[in-house]
Amino acid sequence: MLKDEDRIFKNLYNDLGADLNSSKNRGDWTNTKDLCEKGREWIIDEIKKSELRGRGGAGFPTGLKWSFAPKEVGSRPHYLVINADESEPGTCKDRDILRFEPHKLLEGCLIAAYAINSHKCYIYLRGEYYNEGLELQKAIDEAYKDNLIGKNASGTGWDLDIYIHYGAGAYICGEETALLESIEGNKGQPRLKPPFPALVGLYGCPTIVNNVETISVVPTILRKGSKWFASLGKPKNTGTKIFCISGNVNKPCNVEEEMGIPLKDLIDTHAGGVVGGWENLQAVIPGGSSMPLLNKEISEKITMDFDSLVENKSGLGTAGIVVINKDQDIIKCFARIARFYKHESCGQCTPCREGSGWMWRILERMAKGEASREEVEMLFDVTKQIEGHTICAFGEGSAWPVQGLLRNFKKEIIKRNNFDPLIKSNKDIPYLVDQHLLEKDNAQNKS
Amino acid sequence: MSLKKVSKDQPEKFELNQQSLEAAKKILSNYPKGKEKSAVMALLYIAQRQNNNWIPLSAIKYIAKFLNMPYIKVYEVATFYSMYNLSPVGNYHVQICTTTPCMIRGAYKIVDVCKKKISEKENVLSENGNCSWTEVECLGACINAPMMQINNDYYEDLDIKQSEKIIDEVLMGKKPKPGSYRGRINSEPENNRKTLLDLKNA
Repeated sequence: MLKDEDRIFKNLYNDLGADLNSSKNRGDWTNTKDLCEKGREWIIDEIKKSELRGRGGAGFPTGLKWSFAPKEVGSRPHYLVINADESEPGTCKDRDILRFEPHKLLEGCLIAAYAINSHKCYIYLRGEYYNEGLELQKAIDEAYKDNLIGKNASGTGWDLDIYIHYGAGAYICGEETALLESIEGNKGQPRLKPPFPALVGLYGCPTIVNNVETISVVPTILRKGSKWFASLGKPKNTGTKIFCISGNVNKPCNVEEEMGIPLKDLIDTHAGGVVGGWENLQAVIPGGSSMPLLNKEISEKITMDFDSLVENKSGLGTAGIVVINKDQDIIKCFARIARFYKHESCGQCTPCREGSGWMWRILERMAKGEASREEVEMLFDVTKQIEGHTICAFGEGSAWPVQGLLRNFKKEIIKRNNFDPLIKSNKDIPYLVDQHLLEKDNAQNKS
Repeated sequence: MSLKKVSKDQPEKFELNQQSLEAAKKILSNYPKGKEKSAVMALLYIAQRQNNNWIPLSAIKYIAKFLNMPYIKVYEVATFYSMYNLSPVGNYHVQICTTTPCMIRGAYKIVDVCKKKISEKENVLSENGNCSWTEVECLGACINAPMMQINNDYYEDLDIKQSEKIIDEVLMGKKPKPGSYRGRINSEPENNRKTLLDLKNA
């Protein structure tokens, strides 16, 4: 288990208070000026050396992303945008950072903004987190009053303004280009990439978009050194991560742990075990609902980091672990996830808009045992036609969980839905059966 | 994409009051010159707050004029995002998260409570017109499941009895105490903390 002194978020459970003074006692804002004075190159280099990967789901190396921003500011200003639109089912880590460690985020904003030459930072907060937004605004006001941000922020000679922009309940706005569209006052529909936001982003200006957790760990990395951060976890999967363990566990919780911790340790030690014992485990979703599920055998020995999960045809995503035990109907669980994606599709690309609805309807029928044998293959075909045929990664996000279900629980589905297609059983259900074929059938019978 | 019903009963006129106007002006200053359009989401919120939790069409027209935007662009935003209510929802808008992590911990039992106490159908006002309920997608408090949101506050770690109590209070027009209903502190593992123990005892 990770030692307490190596934990970055010491106030994850709010033992100490989130205000400026207690944050300063924990080490926030102590030598921000010195860190910035070491220069942009040094900051980006340290982050590169620490091998920090983005915590928002895709796991893109953060230092590399920052280095894409133009070195000099041209005619267009640079922007820093923080993605706090946390809405992946199973994930609630950013909420606790916003509530209890807002100054880590704000200090990270200053350092990141300095590194990418930006004077303005927008924090895109999901609309439902209204109270968390008030806490964050309180922290921003405190920081302005103490001259930590604003004109000549923290004595660095750099000006930085931070604003909160509230979203309004659209999951798709967690996608970075949809998020930018949303800040610009449009519907949140993703843009085609390239051009990437690092060159053409908010208002057509160079923009870096980072997740809350990514930015919040930056000051600590710079203070303790990239070597310390890189020494935790596994190669290429370094550092610590907040894991959210929810679902059928005895003690659901958020916990900060080393990357590469075995999943079984997380569930048994921190979350008090699966309800009904480990034997009662049915499946685990390892990284928020977009990632394919893991069956019991894999869950037993898997370690939680980007690369080993990809090897097992899943992904770390946001590290929102949803544990599903054998008391649950697994098909129903995934029908509900499919409904989530049907509801949240932005409607821009046809394969996703229509396909997400198809998957939901087929899965609902499968849960009730009303589908036919052939529809299992058909469902897989639908997921394949969505995956890779959409502008943003939402298509993959909606198709992968269904593919994971089909890979691991095909037998259960077929057992429950072991029927011939309706046309063969000659059932008189006019809206489900091809009328034309029925008529032909009737004609033959008469003759 | 969510389907939204626009209310049939629309007030003829809508104007931001003094307090809302000041808030609107403050929001406008957050964005660069010439990019006032960015404030449309915040302005819709302000209108919604002023008009008892819902946005009439006249408010959409007002905001379009205020920001010098085409009416349809504002209408588009108001219908795209699920948190803008285009028909009355009552003083207390109860939203129950029923996405999988909440569902497997019994969110539909809370839906049943709402069906029994508030109204048989979603988005229909209760008899006294005080509140309505709706199923929503993940609210981002999965470790505190099952949970619901009433206006701006989260009510976490619920069971049937407690949600009945909460709904009763809301129906009487009282605001229940937000937070965890199992006496749990934030998102810590109950009685099972293995980390940061020095700080807890400090």
